[in-house]
Amino acid sequence: MPNIKDYIPIVGQSEIDDLHLVAEKLSGKIVQHINSTSVGGGVAEILNRMVPILNELGVDTRWDLIKGGEQFFQVTKKFHNALHGKNEEITRKDFDIFIETGNINIDSVNTYGDIVFVHDPQPIMLIEKKADNKWIWRCHIDVSNPMQAVWNFLMDYIVKYDSVVFSAPSFSSKLPVRQFLIAPSIDPLSDKNRELSKHQIDSVLDKYQIPQDKPIITQISRFDRLKDPLGVIQAYKKVKKYIDCRLLLCGGGASDDPEGIQVYLDVMEQAKSDSDIHVLLLQQNDLEINALQRASTIILQKSLKEGFGLTVAEALWKKKPVVASNVGGIPLQITHKYSGLLCHSVDGAAFAIKQLLNSPSYAKKLGENGYEHIKNNFLITRHIKDYMLLFLSLYHHEDVVYL
Amino acid sequence: MNAKIEAKTPFRFSTRLHLSELTGLKAANIMELLDHIKTVSGSCIYHHTHRFLQQHQYLSPEPPNDFAYWVDNMLGESVLGENLASIDVISYPNIRSLRDKIVSVIEEYISFNPEVKLKFAAKADEFHFIKSVSFVVCTPYEANNLWDFIEILEKITINSIYYHVFESRLRLEKETSDFSNWIENSIADKELADKISKIDPYTYTLEDLRRIIIEIIKKRIS
Repeated sequence: MPNIKDYIPIVGQSEIDDLHLVAEKLSGKIVQHINSTSVGGGVAEILNRMVPILNELGVDTRWDLIKGGEQFFQVTKKFHNALHGKNEEITRKDFDIFIETGNINIDSVNTYGDIVFVHDPQPIMLIEKKADNKWIWRCHIDVSNPMQAVWNFLMDYIVKYDSVVFSAPSFSSKLPVRQFLIAPSIDPLSDKNRELSKHQIDSVLDKYQIPQDKPIITQISRFDRLKDPLGVIQAYKKVKKYIDCRLLLCGGGASDDPEGIQVYLDVMEQAKSDSDIHVLLLQQNDLEINALQRASTIILQKSLKEGFGLTVAEALWKKKPVVASNVGGIPLQITHKYSGLLCHSVDGAAFAIKQLLNSPSYAKKLGENGYEHIKNNFLITRHIKDYMLLFLSLYHHEDVVYL
Repeated sequence: MNAKIEAKTPFRFSTRLHLSELTGLKAANIMELLDHIKTVSGSCIYHHTHRFLQQHQYLSPEPPNDFAYWVDNMLGESVLGENLASIDVISYPNIRSLRDKIVSVIEEYISFNPEVKLKFAAKADEFHFIKSVSFVVCTPYEANNLWDFIEILEKITINSIYYHVFESRLRLEKETSDFSNWIENSIADKELADKISKIDPYTYTLEDLRRIIIEIIKKRIS
């Protein structure tokens, strides 16, 4: 695991000095993160990297999980889809299951932190344990157009928090509590993002029998309907009519996502007639994901909804041209025609892919601009700084705070 | 000019870090934008006229403010966008006067182009009002003379330069940048102070600003 000094060559000594200055101000506070899974998905990935670094900076940071059974996670998956705007059928029984598990966790989870940092809806009911400590709810979901029944249900809990955090401005609405904008981040030194040798990249492609004889278009994401993997296959087929290429669809599953296997099977069905479509179900192998991204000609993120879309930042960090949907946090990462191409449909995605495959110098420039943007705004060091300032904001309510 | 002349009082470098606070306020058309600009906190106006400086610091020169970018790209009003982008921010001593100027530019444009009121941004492209919460922290760096000052300036975080040049002048309503103020009053070199205060910092990237200030001081003391 890298330590904080390892980031100096990337972001500069002064940025790290700033982190130390702010961390000193949190001395003596215990920050407790709580979510529902330690593996799979963006939240677990960020916490796995961030918790050790915060501790190294001197901020006492811990990470606890809630528990839930299969029924609970089926309900939270429905909540997740509903918050993203999908018209899910949510019954009274679903709410009862959520409340029942929530109450069990209220009894069993010790909320000892001076600052309790709750991620996403699954553990949201823990706020009922609020004492004289500070509580933050971090929403990683695109709630720009949520199904009101679920959002109103959660709102009863949200308003009890001290502060709420969203990943994009469009997710916010008028709330009676302070709300902050903090984008997630990538770790440039993680196995998923660090530099790899050509030999390392080639060996991963050999392992999965992916020839590098033609351009490779890749989408890396969980097998989830909101990532629109079937739309990706349709876009690829439209491109393939004119330009010979391969499609790589690759992702793992998260332990709190019971729907993934069915989506994977649907993708396999659509892909089976074309040997240039490679579908890989990877179990959390970051180094291999890194190699597959680096071997790609274009990275696609054709999500229908997206909490943030960290795969876009990962691809841009590798200076790859990206075609991505104009949803969630993606437009924060891509300025259309400057650091990537944004699309709204299968046809739009196909057209953008063709443009990039036919104009390699334009594609290269987009990737280079994207790299600069990620370096300045979406690395873990910026994220850590924002979180530390967020913690401090719990104790200061002015707009200009002298520490 | 002797670079080793001791300052009457040392220059203590601070740094400024910021957090973006969401207001939940949004605008889909020019009238909603104007109404909110008139009533939101000064921290909101500050955020939307200065965010680009830090987030897109590799872009240069003269990054647009958020209002200019939005009316141009989301409402298709490129003339109004240019009018807003070209507001000479450095000539306004505080956020109040800057806000008044932004309001007057928009109102004047609407009076000559009333059809702009009929344009709406798509839901995904609405303008969201955000305010900037600043955290000011003292760094361990202190300059007792111009030589020290340059040495520190060469290595200090870009956030510190941002704070002393932009934030202290406009948001904290000091008449000039902290750098000019210290050079005039503690080093007693008004000529150098004037040279630095004449720089329009809005037309440089932050790194270029660092470089140009160092160059001016080096030239003066060499």
